[in-house]
Amino acid sequence: MYGRLPIAKMLAATVAGTAAISAVMVPINWNGQGASTAAPKIDHLLNVMIVLSAFVFSLVMVMLFYALWKFKAKPGDESDGEPIHGNTRLEVAWTLIPTIIVLFAGGYSWKVLDEIEEPAEGRPLTVSVFSQQYAWSFAYPGRDYAWNEGELHVPVDRQIVFKLHALDVIHSFWVPEWRIKKDNVPGITTKAIVTPDKVGTYQLICTELCGFGHTSMRAKVVVEPQADFDRWVAGLDQSLPEPMMEILGDTENDLTPVGAGGA
Amino acid sequence: MLAAIKRPGWIRGALGALAAGAFGFGLVIALRAISDLPLYETEQTGYPHVIVPLITAPLGFLAGFGCFDYWLRWAAGLPTIPEDHSQHGATSWRDYFRFNTDHKVIGIQYIVTTFFFFFVGGLMAMMIRAELAQPGTQIVDAATFNSLFSTHAVLMIFVFVIPVFAGIANYVLPLMIGAPDMAFPRLNALSFWMLPLAGLMFIGSFLAPGGAFDAGWTGYAPLSTGAPLGQSFFNIGVQFAGASSIATALNFLVTIITMRAPGMTFWRMPLLVWANLSTSLLVVAATPFIAGVQFMVLFDRVLHTNFFQFAAGGDVISYQHIFWFYSHPAVYIMMLPGFGIISEVISTHARKPIFGYRLMALALIGIVVLSYSVWAHHMFVAGMFSWLRVPMMITTLLIAVPTGIKIFSWLGTLFFGKIHTYSTAMLFALAFIVTFTIGGISGVMLGMVPIDIHVSDTYFIVAHIHFVLFGGSVFTIFAGIYHWFPKMTGRMYDEKLGRVHFWGTLVGTWGTFVPMHWVGMDGMPRRVADYAEQFGNWNLLISCFAFILGAVQLVFLYNMVVSWRFGPRAEANPWRANSIEWQVSSPPPIFNFPEIPRVVGGPYEFGVPGAKHAIMPGEGAEVPAKEPAVAGSSTTAGASS
Repeated sequence: MYGRLPIAKMLAATVAGTAAISAVMVPINWNGQGASTAAPKIDHLLNVMIVLSAFVFSLVMVMLFYALWKFKAKPGDESDGEPIHGNTRLEVAWTLIPTIIVLFAGGYSWKVLDEIEEPAEGRPLTVSVFSQQYAWSFAYPGRDYAWNEGELHVPVDRQIVFKLHALDVIHSFWVPEWRIKKDNVPGITTKAIVTPDKVGTYQLICTELCGFGHTSMRAKVVVEPQADFDRWVAGLDQSLPEPMMEILGDTENDLTPVGAGGA
Repeated sequence: MLAAIKRPGWIRGALGALAAGAFGFGLVIALRAISDLPLYETEQTGYPHVIVPLITAPLGFLAGFGCFDYWLRWAAGLPTIPEDHSQHGATSWRDYFRFNTDHKVIGIQYIVTTFFFFFVGGLMAMMIRAELAQPGTQIVDAATFNSLFSTHAVLMIFVFVIPVFAGIANYVLPLMIGAPDMAFPRLNALSFWMLPLAGLMFIGSFLAPGGAFDAGWTGYAPLSTGAPLGQSFFNIGVQFAGASSIATALNFLVTIITMRAPGMTFWRMPLLVWANLSTSLLVVAATPFIAGVQFMVLFDRVLHTNFFQFAAGGDVISYQHIFWFYSHPAVYIMMLPGFGIISEVISTHARKPIFGYRLMALALIGIVVLSYSVWAHHMFVAGMFSWLRVPMMITTLLIAVPTGIKIFSWLGTLFFGKIHTYSTAMLFALAFIVTFTIGGISGVMLGMVPIDIHVSDTYFIVAHIHFVLFGGSVFTIFAGIYHWFPKMTGRMYDEKLGRVHFWGTLVGTWGTFVPMHWVGMDGMPRRVADYAEQFGNWNLLISCFAFILGAVQLVFLYNMVVSWRFGPRAEANPWRANSIEWQVSSPPPIFNFPEIPRVVGGPYEFGVPGAKHAIMPGEGAEVPAKEPAVAGSSTTAGASS
C-alpha cells in the first residue's frame, strides 16, 4: 500500500526543505561575535545541528502537510480510514535512524568538548575570579595576588584557567564572545578554560540568579597583548582581601578536574 | 448553628483552620516560653510563628472540611455512618464546592481550580513581559520582578500543568476503562482539596514580609536558604502539591491495574490510560525527592541544619542533584499525559487506528526508564563532577528516540485516514506536532554539552521550556479540554470561537517564543529585569506577541463559560469515537454504568469491519454468539481474548 505514496517526491521535498532552511540559517551568526578558540568549534557544531534539525523538521512538515492535503475528509464523508495498524519495518526504521543521528550528535559533541577543554602546551595563566552579591573581582598570580574589582584583564592568545569562587550564593561566569560558562559555587572551586584569540573589550555577565542585583552584576573584560597585560597587572596596587585569601589558601576543596571531559 | 459546626463543610473547615492555626502558634510560644527564649523573635529565627501555623492550619481545614471523617471514625472504632452516597455526584453547582467522592466531580474541580491558577500565573507573565518590553526598569523593581517570574513558574508547574492532567484523567480515565469510579474515592477527594491550599500558599507569599519567594522556581540553595520568609511558603506549598500528586498517582496506578473492565487487557488499553500509567510511575518515585529537598531547605532556614550551608560543611551542589532528580522526570510528568490526549484526538479525528500501537505504549515506558537517568543535563555548567557530563548527554540524546517514535507514529496515523479538522481539539493536536518538534529539536541541542555551555541560563532556555511546556503541554491540555468538553458538560462549545482561540494561541506562541531563542544565543541571560539596548527591539516584539497570546486566552474563557451554560446539548458521542467514555450519555450517569461493560477488542479499530471495542450494558443481544473477528484482522493491536 505504500507504493501508492509518492515517496520519491516526499523525500525530494524534504531535501529541498533541508537545503532551504540550512541556506537561510547557517550563514547567520547566531551566537554573535566569537573571540576565543572554542567559539568557532562550538559555532560549527551548532551549524551541523542546524542542518540535521532542518532535515528532521522538514521531514515532519512534509509528512504532516502531505497527509493533511491528501487524506483530508471531504465534507459529509462519514466513512473511516483504512484499518492499517502499523508496519514493522517502518517502525524499526524510525527507531534506528534517529538513534544513529543522536549518537552521532553525542559523539561529535564529546569530541568538541574534549577539544575546548584540552590543556594548552605552554604554561596557562591562572586567574582567580571572586563573585559576591553583586560584584566581580579578580586576582592575578605573581606579586602576592594583585587584585582588582570590576575589570578583568587577560592576555590574548594564551590559555587561561579561571578558578571560580563564590563568597555568598551561586553566581555564574559567562563571556558570550568566549562561549564559555561555569558556575561559581560557594564552598568549592570550579574551573573554566578559555583561550581568547581577539583583542577587544567584552562583558562578563552573571547568569545564575543571585538576588535583586543579579541583573546588573556585570564586569568589563579587556583582552590585550601580553605586554600591555603585564604592564596593567604591574600597576595594580590593591592586595587580596582577607576572606578571599582564606578561600585561596584552601586548595583541598578543588573538586573539578580540568579537561577531564568524560574521561 | 451548632448543626453547621458539626456538619463537614466550609464553616467547620474555617473553624478547623483557625483552631489548628492557633494551636500551631500556641505551640511555638509555649515551647519558646519553656526554653526561656524571647517569645516573639522573628527574623533571626526564620519565623516559626508563621511557619508552624502554615503547616497546621491547612491540615485543620482539611479535617474540618470532612476529608478525614470516614477514616477517623473507622480508626477510632466508632460506628461508621452507613454509606448513603450523599457525598457522591453533583446535582447542583453547590456540590462542586463540597467534599465529593465522585471522580467526575473531582475532575471538574481539578480543571476549574487549575485554570484559575493558569489565569493568575498568566497575568504575572503579562506583567513580566510589560517590564521587559523596553530596556530599563519601568513597571516593577528588580526584587518584585524576581518574585513575579518565580511565582509565575511555580503556579504554572505545580498548580496548573501537573494537576490539570490529573483532573482530565480523573474525569475520563475511569470511564475509559469501564470502572464505576477511582479505586480510592475518598483519597481522591483529599488529593484535590490539598491542591488549592498549595496554590493559595504560593500566591499568599506576596503578603509575607520581604515579599514572595524570589529564588526562581528552582529555588537553588544557598540563595533560597538565606531568602526572606516568602521562600518558606514555597517550601511548604510544594509539600501539599506534592502530597496531592503522589496520592493521585497511587490512586491511578491501583485503578488502572485492578479496575479495568473484563476483557480490557493491557494491550487493549487506550493510550491515554497507558500515558497515565507511565506518568503515575514517575510521580510516585520522583516526587518524594522534591518534597525531601524542600524540607531540607526549610530545615536549613528554620532549624539551622547545615544541608546546604557551605560554611558549615554543607554541599551546595547536592541541592541541584536532588532537585533535578525530581524535576527532570517532572517534565515528563507534564508531557506524557498530553501524549495520551493527542493519541486519542488524532486517532478519532483521522478515523484511523493508532499506527504502531504497541510501540507507542512501549515508547512511553522507555521514556519513564530513561527519564530517571538524565537529570544532570541541567547541571552541565553547575560545577558538578565533570565526568558525569558525557553519560548524561548520551542518555539525554537517546530520550529523543522514543519521543520521535511518538511523533512519527502520529504522522503515520494520519496517512490513509479521513482527517477531520472541524474540531478545535484536532487543530491543537496537529499544531502540537509542529511546535513540539521544534521544542524537541532545541532540547536535543541543549543536550549537547558544548552548545549547552554557551546557552545555559540564557533566553534560549526560556524559549525551549516554553516551546515544550506551552507549545507542548498546554496545547495538549487545550486539545483535551475541547475534546472532552461535550462529555464533561453535556454541551457543545462554539467552534468559531475555538478557531479564534486556536489561531491566536498558535501565532502568539510562535511570535513570543521563537525570537527568545535568538536573543538568548546572542547573549541575553534569563531572569533579568533589565537588559542591553541591543535586545530592545526583539523584546518589544516578544512582548507584543505575548500580549496577543494572553488576550486570546480570554476568548477561551468566554467560550468555556458561556458554552457550559448556554451551549447546544451534546450527544453521547459527537466525535464518533470508540472508547468507552463516549458510549455513555453526556454527561455520564452518576455511577457511570448500570452494569460494567465488556471489552472485546482494541480501542482504535476504526475502519475494521464489524470490530467493536466494548459491549455496553443492554447491548449484549446484538452481539452474535461467535464474536466478530475483531482481533484477527489487526496486526499489532488487540490480542485475542
